[in-house]
Amino acid sequence: MSAKRRMPAIVLAGVTTLALGLSGCAAGGGTSDGEAVELSFFMGNVEANVATAEGLIAAFEAANPDITIDLDSSGPSGAEGDNLTKTKLATGEMADLFWYNSGSLFQALNPDQTLLNMADEPWVDSLNESYVQTVSTDNGVYGAPAGTATGGGVFYYIPDYEELGLSVPTTWEEFAANNEALKAAGKEAVIQSYADTWTSQIFVLADYFNVRAEDPDWAEKYTAGEVKYADDPVAMAGFQHLQDVHEAGFLNQDFASATFDDALRKVANGEGTHYPMLTFAISTIADLYPDTVDDIGFFALPGDGANGLTVWMPPAIYASANTEHPEEAKRFLEFVASVDGCDAMTDAVGVSGPYLVDGCTIPDDVPRAVADMLPYFEEGGETSPALEFLSPIKGPSLEQITVEVGSGIRSAADGAALYDEDVKKQAQQLGLPGW
Amino acid sequence: MTMTSVTSAPTIPPPPPIEPEPARPRLSGRIRANRPYPGWFYLPAAIIYTILFLVPTVASFYFSLTRWTLFDVEFIGFQNFIQFFQEPMLVQGFTNTFVYAAITSGAKVVIGLALAVLLTSEIVGRGYLRAVVFFPVLVSTIGVGFTFKVLMDPFDGLINQTLAVFGIEGPGWLTDPSLALISVALVDIWKGVGLATLIFMAGIVAIPREYYEAAKVDGAGGWRNFWSITVPLVRPATNTVIILSLIGGLRSFDLIWAMTRGGPGFTSDVIASVIYKQYQAGFYGLSTAGNVILFLVVTAIILPLFIWLNRREVEL
Repeated sequence: MSAKRRMPAIVLAGVTTLALGLSGCAAGGGTSDGEAVELSFFMGNVEANVATAEGLIAAFEAANPDITIDLDSSGPSGAEGDNLTKTKLATGEMADLFWYNSGSLFQALNPDQTLLNMADEPWVDSLNESYVQTVSTDNGVYGAPAGTATGGGVFYYIPDYEELGLSVPTTWEEFAANNEALKAAGKEAVIQSYADTWTSQIFVLADYFNVRAEDPDWAEKYTAGEVKYADDPVAMAGFQHLQDVHEAGFLNQDFASATFDDALRKVANGEGTHYPMLTFAISTIADLYPDTVDDIGFFALPGDGANGLTVWMPPAIYASANTEHPEEAKRFLEFVASVDGCDAMTDAVGVSGPYLVDGCTIPDDVPRAVADMLPYFEEGGETSPALEFLSPIKGPSLEQITVEVGSGIRSAADGAALYDEDVKKQAQQLGLPGW
Repeated sequence: MTMTSVTSAPTIPPPPPIEPEPARPRLSGRIRANRPYPGWFYLPAAIIYTILFLVPTVASFYFSLTRWTLFDVEFIGFQNFIQFFQEPMLVQGFTNTFVYAAITSGAKVVIGLALAVLLTSEIVGRGYLRAVVFFPVLVSTIGVGFTFKVLMDPFDGLINQTLAVFGIEGPGWLTDPSLALISVALVDIWKGVGLATLIFMAGIVAIPREYYEAAKVDGAGGWRNFWSITVPLVRPATNTVIILSLIGGLRSFDLIWAMTRGGPGFTSDVIASVIYKQYQAGFYGLSTAGNVILFLVVTAIILPLFIWLNRREVEL
């Protein structure tokens, strides 16, 4: 009987707790006049990115003693991180500052409503024009570049190349011939790491330079729904290459269970020769395998025509629209997009490509793979931004599809057609015209 | 609870007490007096149930007909459902879900019953063995998933290294597209069979000893006892295990997500993981429609099965 009588009391206690919790949400924050302002900063726990942010914050706080920045780097990365970022922004729970991708993922944040507009800040003019587009909507500019541009291509283990007398390939045929020679010499020609599914996309995404070389307006037509991967043999080449390297038996034996970290270990120690990846990985290699980092070279993903590099724009640091300290937040972004900011990032993690801010320089003693990448940006070299920086649409299932094509579960043509469906859903969700 | 119908079967039910049925005046006061609590006692539970269960359920039926973001809603009729059924992964997801549910619930019944018979017999260390069998149920599913993911690594995993000692080349448990789903189902069985065993043990213990004694007098052996007494009389427990493990299998998600994330590619995707991926991608309307479909499918399977199993139970 006593148990029954206790029931309402427990319910009451529950309701009271709930009410307390709700009122707790309303409070908090608080402003300060003349005292040190504290800004909150949220980001996902990607090691190199966190180190970059810590370096920026330390240098900024040293120069601005009236502002402190509290970094929360406990967020998840990848698709779970996208989810959390969108939810935090939509519910007004986002920190004053946060770190997030530029390009198509940024477009999905509904920036005009959720982010602080920087269009009128003088520092925006010092940014690389093609970068500004990746952090802008029709109504505003929102982010400052956190890091350097990176390239998508292939890391290679130089001692293997020297041993077999191979030269850096500029077409897919030469690349395939090199792989054949490596395979004949008993080496793992191409490393893949499908346990981390995102790493499987490089053959498709880094092939965009070659697509654009054939049709400079491909991105616009793609956004308008006029071209598809499955109908365009040039665009489908990326999927075909994935299928080819698997069928030819070039892959490492454990391609299905290897992780990103395993793959870096393999290429750094010469257990495999080629690893298709973005150059940002070089900072991790330099960190973990400092002795062999200069044995690793880099070349742009070869295609069938002109040879050039597909470039990934750096992520950005953004300020939330409902921050209570917009002036201080803008000052931090201004610092990020300044020469001092670039130097702070170089000190923290080194560079994996050129900066996109006027006046920023990179040190002379960069790792070999980065040095290999720079000529593409100089006179006579050619680059193209990756498709995700030219079009707001990127299908979310690409990494599963590329794993299937790259493991022989699905054919390249099937994979490309499936990805077109995926892209269609994304375009509809974004409310684009013509879908 | 349903056990009583079996255990009380041999006893003659007492005649129903004859209740004087006076013409009951339909007075609201009188009805209220019959209730153990005043009406407003139910209010807190009703409010919580309405806010947390009824409103979201009704709302999800509406939102499944829209393309929504966290900022705006666009009504698009049944387009989400059409799109969902056109998903190439969905057909595979459906097949996988049924295969997974059938394998796990079937194995849990067979293995659970066998273990229950063993653990209710007079064996050494019975208490210890019971604890061991039940232990995996208590461990976090995600923890189990990650542990087995490491154990099942095709090259460095303990399972294949052990097999290699005997000269057997183990398969890629989680990386072979034709094997990944089965491997996860095996882990699910390992984790869930303890609960099935527990339910079966309760059922077996509740069978009156007299039956076995009578059978012994008639000269029945152990095998005959098992098929003619244990299996029929433990049916209420069997039904509970089937229903629980089938529902669990149909909406399974956490173990699959922890071990393969539906991979390699889409080969071990089930309905729940397809829905989760749609949500993660920001296709909120589509994933809401997926949840409505999942709800309808689970109801359409479980409800008739439940009625059918219970009817068999009554016929007994």
